[in-house]
Amino acid sequence: MNVLLDNLGLFGQAFLGTIRLFIVAAIGSLVLGTILAGMRVSPVPILRRFGAVYVSTVRNTPLTLVFFFFAFAYPRLEIADLSFFTRACLALIIYTSAFVCEVIRSGINTVPVGQAEASRALGFTFNQTLSSVVLPQAVRAVVPPLTNIEIALLKNTTIAAGFSVLEAGGVYSALSERGYNVLIGLLWVALGFLILVVPLTVLQRRLDQRWSVSR
Amino acid sequence: MTAVLYDIPGPKARIRNAGTGIVGVVLVLGLIGFVLYRLIATGQFDARLWEWITYEAIQILLLQALLATLGAFAVAAVLSLAVGAVLAAGRLSEHRWVSRPATLVVEFFRAIPLLVLIFILFYGVSRGLGLNISTFWALVLGLTLYNGSVLAEVFRAGVLALPRGQSEAAYALGMRKTQVMTNVLLPQALRAMMPTVISQLVVVLKDTALGFLILYPELLYQARFLGSQGQLGLPIIPVALVVAAIYIAMCLVLSAVANYLERRSRTSRKRIELAAAVIVAVDHDGG
Repeated sequence: MNVLLDNLGLFGQAFLGTIRLFIVAAIGSLVLGTILAGMRVSPVPILRRFGAVYVSTVRNTPLTLVFFFFAFAYPRLEIADLSFFTRACLALIIYTSAFVCEVIRSGINTVPVGQAEASRALGFTFNQTLSSVVLPQAVRAVVPPLTNIEIALLKNTTIAAGFSVLEAGGVYSALSERGYNVLIGLLWVALGFLILVVPLTVLQRRLDQRWSVSR
Repeated sequence: MTAVLYDIPGPKARIRNAGTGIVGVVLVLGLIGFVLYRLIATGQFDARLWEWITYEAIQILLLQALLATLGAFAVAAVLSLAVGAVLAAGRLSEHRWVSRPATLVVEFFRAIPLLVLIFILFYGVSRGLGLNISTFWALVLGLTLYNGSVLAEVFRAGVLALPRGQSEAAYALGMRKTQVMTNVLLPQALRAMMPTVISQLVVVLKDTALGFLILYPELLYQARFLGSQGQLGLPIIPVALVVAAIYIAMCLVLSAVANYLERRSRTSRKRIELAAAVIVAVDHDGG
């Protein structure tokens, strides 16, 4: 208990860092993932191809490798001087958006063709078909797995710690400098993640049960 | 190809699509071109920075690193399949005193980040308790506990997705619980979940890269080491590019196996439903 109470400031700051990184990366990956999904379902073959190549490459790249590039290789390119926090966000966004893209795309694919055909037969425009027929049904299939991906993102923020950004996973080095028991400190970090992740998992299961029976 | 969102394009739409295509290509190529331009402008493709690739000692070093990566992957894969099977059996047990703890273990190891788990094993247990755990075993045990828990969910979902009639018929024939599981349920469930299991093995392979953060001498570790060698001209970007190609190629091969198995199992309708049930029941996130 002492390890937690004596270093409450450190733990608080670290978890705030985690949450900040999570929120920025979650929003960024949703935006980029939606754009990629748009490319993958578009009527333009070359854009579909680009989307597919991006997704299959990034999904088969270790996140640590993406971080490695942004931590060590990016500064050598002398493009713009970004803080480590920004680079960590970029790495997480690039990685997570591939998974977001896949979920959105397969969500759109679960909507039966007849739905869109029927709405076109009724004279709906493309935007009307998309916004009032396809998307409302696709959302049900998309949100539960999307929650899973955001949970994975939350856990992945710890990798930033290994590349030295102050957040929850990095507490250990600060603790060992101050001479506290690292094991107990890390167990508190694990508990913190349980507190963050378990409600999200419960929410995800609720959504899944409630929405999956709709068809 | 999704036909949900649009009809077969007419002449107007075809022109518009071609226009969008050109704009898209210009944007994407522009981005790739810019990165390439920065690589060339900062001299990353100079011959001096690529000299290291011709040295035999470095080739052997990288080969050893590759073997270290594959070794950790192989041990972790085998162990996590075993742990997954045990935990799944525990969760499927009809005795509460078995299934409750199994559920707790699975949920716990799925909820805490893998890196924190590895740090606990490496820094925490070795410094806090005085047990000496090598980087290899910290990495392998971390991977095993996390992926074993995920695989347990895969196995469980696969067995639960089978029609009830299967086990009912087996019980009616007088089989025991173990016989029902090993002779009737598992052979059918294993087929359905093979693609998901292989995809999870891709995750194991990807996550061996986390060993870099506890200084396990795998590919990224050697890349960092070579990249900081002054007499080679600090070739961190060239080395990283080569290592990235190796990682991505290995994972793509494994993913291709998973895709092949999935396509093959699509021939039977019943199996699709099973496979879909397995995929839905398990978070397909790739932590």
